[in-house]
Amino acid sequence: MAQSAAFKRNLAGWAYVAPLVVVLIPFFVLPLIAVVAASFFETDGFGGLFPAFNLDNYTEILTSGLTFNLYYETIKFTVLTWFFSLLIGFFVAYFLVFHVRNQLLALGLFLLCTVPFWTSNIIRMISWIPLLGKEGLVNEALLKLGLIDQPLEFLLFSSFAVVVAYVHQLTIFMIVPIFNAMGRIDKRVVEAALDAGASRFDIMRLIIVPLSKSGIALGSIFVISIVMGDFFVVKVMSGGGSASVVGAFYENISVLQYPTAAASAVLLTIILVITVGLIIRFVDIRKEITR
Amino acid sequence: MNLGKGHIEIAGVAKSYDGFTYAVHGVNLKIPDGAYCCILGPSGCGKTTILRMVAGHEDPTVGEILIGGENVVGLPPVERRTAMMFQSYALFPHLTVRDNIAFALRVRGLSKTERYAKTDAMIEKVRMTEFSDRLPAQLSGGQQQRVALARAAITEPRVLLLDEPLSALDEHLRIRMRAELRRMQRELGITFVHVTHTQLEAIALADMVVVMENGKIKQSGPAREIYAAPKDRYVAEFLGGQNVLSGKVGKINGTRAMIASPEIAGIQIPMHAGARLEAGQAIDIAVRRDDVELFREDTALSDQDMASVPATILGIEYQGNFVKVMLDAAGEAEFVAYVPERRFFENPFKVGDSVLAAWLIDRAHLLA
Repeated sequence: MAQSAAFKRNLAGWAYVAPLVVVLIPFFVLPLIAVVAASFFETDGFGGLFPAFNLDNYTEILTSGLTFNLYYETIKFTVLTWFFSLLIGFFVAYFLVFHVRNQLLALGLFLLCTVPFWTSNIIRMISWIPLLGKEGLVNEALLKLGLIDQPLEFLLFSSFAVVVAYVHQLTIFMIVPIFNAMGRIDKRVVEAALDAGASRFDIMRLIIVPLSKSGIALGSIFVISIVMGDFFVVKVMSGGGSASVVGAFYENISVLQYPTAAASAVLLTIILVITVGLIIRFVDIRKEITR
Repeated sequence: MNLGKGHIEIAGVAKSYDGFTYAVHGVNLKIPDGAYCCILGPSGCGKTTILRMVAGHEDPTVGEILIGGENVVGLPPVERRTAMMFQSYALFPHLTVRDNIAFALRVRGLSKTERYAKTDAMIEKVRMTEFSDRLPAQLSGGQQQRVALARAAITEPRVLLLDEPLSALDEHLRIRMRAELRRMQRELGITFVHVTHTQLEAIALADMVVVMENGKIKQSGPAREIYAAPKDRYVAEFLGGQNVLSGKVGKINGTRAMIASPEIAGIQIPMHAGARLEAGQAIDIAVRRDDVELFREDTALSDQDMASVPATILGIEYQGNFVKVMLDAAGEAEFVAYVPERRFFENPFKVGDSVLAAWLIDRAHLLA
C-alpha cells in the first residue's frame, strides 16, 4: 500500500517533467550522444563512418596550432562582445529601472530595445555595409567633417565590425536579465543607502551591482554561449579575414570530415560547460532568482 | 540658536507632486530637541510626506524646514544629520547584520577595523551580537527592526525619523519593540519623529503627538492633552476613547448650557471660562468612555451634576480589566461605555437592556 502511494506520488512528478523529457531526449540528448560517438569514429574521407574507438581525431585537434589560433580568435570576440554588451546592457537596464519614473514609459522603452529583432539577423548584418563600408555613412560623415582625409578601412570586414555586429545583436540578452534583476531591487533599499550618505557611485558599487549579480550572470551565459557557438557573424562581418572555432568545423563538415568536426564540437561543448560552470559557481543563480 | 541640536521647525510647508493637489498643506510645527514626537493619522494624510521632507528624500514645494535653527531644504540627508528608519526596514539583503550597520561608516571611508569596532558596540546596544553574521532574510521581524534602528543610529544623527517602524510586526512584538524604541531614544538622547496610524502606539510613546488629516495638522501637543482634550470631532474620534455627541445650544444659565436637540434634549454641558456659546449654535461635545456610567432605566438620578441619555445595549465585550458596552444612544453611530470589570459584574447588564448612560457634567468636553 505504502509503495503504491509512493509510486503514485512519483507518477505525478514524472507527469510534470514528461513534456520536457519528450522534447529534450530526442532533440538534445540523442544528438549529443551521436556527436560524442561520431567523434571517436573513423571515416573513409567520403562521408562514410566506421564505428571505432580511436582518439586520433582528438589528438589531431589538440596538437594542431590552428586550434589554438581559432580559440584565441573566438575567445577574443567573446570577451570583447561580453564586455561591451555588459557595459551597454547594464547602463540601459539601470536607466530604465532607476531613472524612468513612469512604469509604462519604462516598459515602452524596454520594448523599443527589441525593435532590431523584428528583422532577421542577416538583414541586420547587411545593414551594416552601407553604414560602415568604405563609402558608407560613417566614413562619408567623417570625411565631410574633415576629421579624416582617407576612408577608415577597419570599419567594415574587420574584427571591429565583428564585435560591433555581435554587440548590436546580443546586448538585448544582457538587458533583459539585468533589467529583471534590477526591477526586483526594493527602491527603499536604494533610498536607505542614500540616507546613509552613499554617493551615486557607492550605491552602484555596493548596492546595485551586487543585487544585479544574477542578471549579469544570466546575461553573460547567454552572450558567451551564443558568441562561442556562432560562426556566421564572424564569417560575414570579417569578410573572411577572421576564423572561428565553429567556422572551422563547419568547413570540416563541408569536406565530409564528420569525426573531426564532431571532436571539435565536443571540445567546444566541454569548454562552454566549464565556463558556465564557473559563472554559476560564483553566482548562485537559482538562489538569486528565487530570492 | 542652538545649532547642531535636533530642534525641528517646519514653517508654512506644502508639498504637491502634480501641481494641483496637495499632499501636505500649510503645515507649521515645532518639535523640541530630544523629544519623542509621533505624527498620527490615517493612511494618505501626508504624515509620511512630512517625514520624508524632514529626512531630505523629498523637497517641499513651499515653506522652510529648520533643524537646529538652520534651513535644511535642499540639503542631502547626511548634511542634515538626520537618519531614517524605513517602513519594513529596507535592510540591504545581500549584506550581513554587521555590514548593514557598518554601511554608513563604509561610505564615509572608515577603515574596516575602525568601522567594525564602532559597529560591534552598536550591535551590542541593540542586543544582536550573536546574529551579527546573519543575512537579513535569516532574522525575525523584531530582529530586523533592531538592525534597522542600529543602522540608522550608527551615524549619531541629531534626528531619527521612523516611518511606521512597528507596522510589520505582530501585536505582541509591537508592544515589546515600542518599549525598546523608547529606551533607545532615551539612551541616544536625540529627537525621534515617528509616523504611525496606530493611536495607542502614539500616545504610549510620544512626548508630543501630532494628529493629521488630509495634509493638515489638526492638533499637536502632549499625548495626555490630545487624548483628554481633543480639539474637534475628528481628533476625538481618531484617538478613540471618547463619545462624541452633536447638538444645538439651547438655554444658557451661568456656567451651564442646555442642549436643545431632540436626540439629547435636556443634557447640560459645562461652560468653561472664556467659552462663548450662543443659543442655537451647533456644537459637539466629547465624553470619555470611562466617564460614562450605566444605570437601570428606572433609576431616578438625583445628582444635579449628572447628565444622562437613555440607551439600549447593543453589545458587550469583556476586555479583562474593564467591560466595553456598546450602546445605541443619542443618535450617534457609536456610543460606548467602559465599565470597570468589578463594577459591571456586581449587577451585570444583558444585550438589549434599556439603560441610562450618565456622566458628570463637568467631565464633558466642548469640541470646536
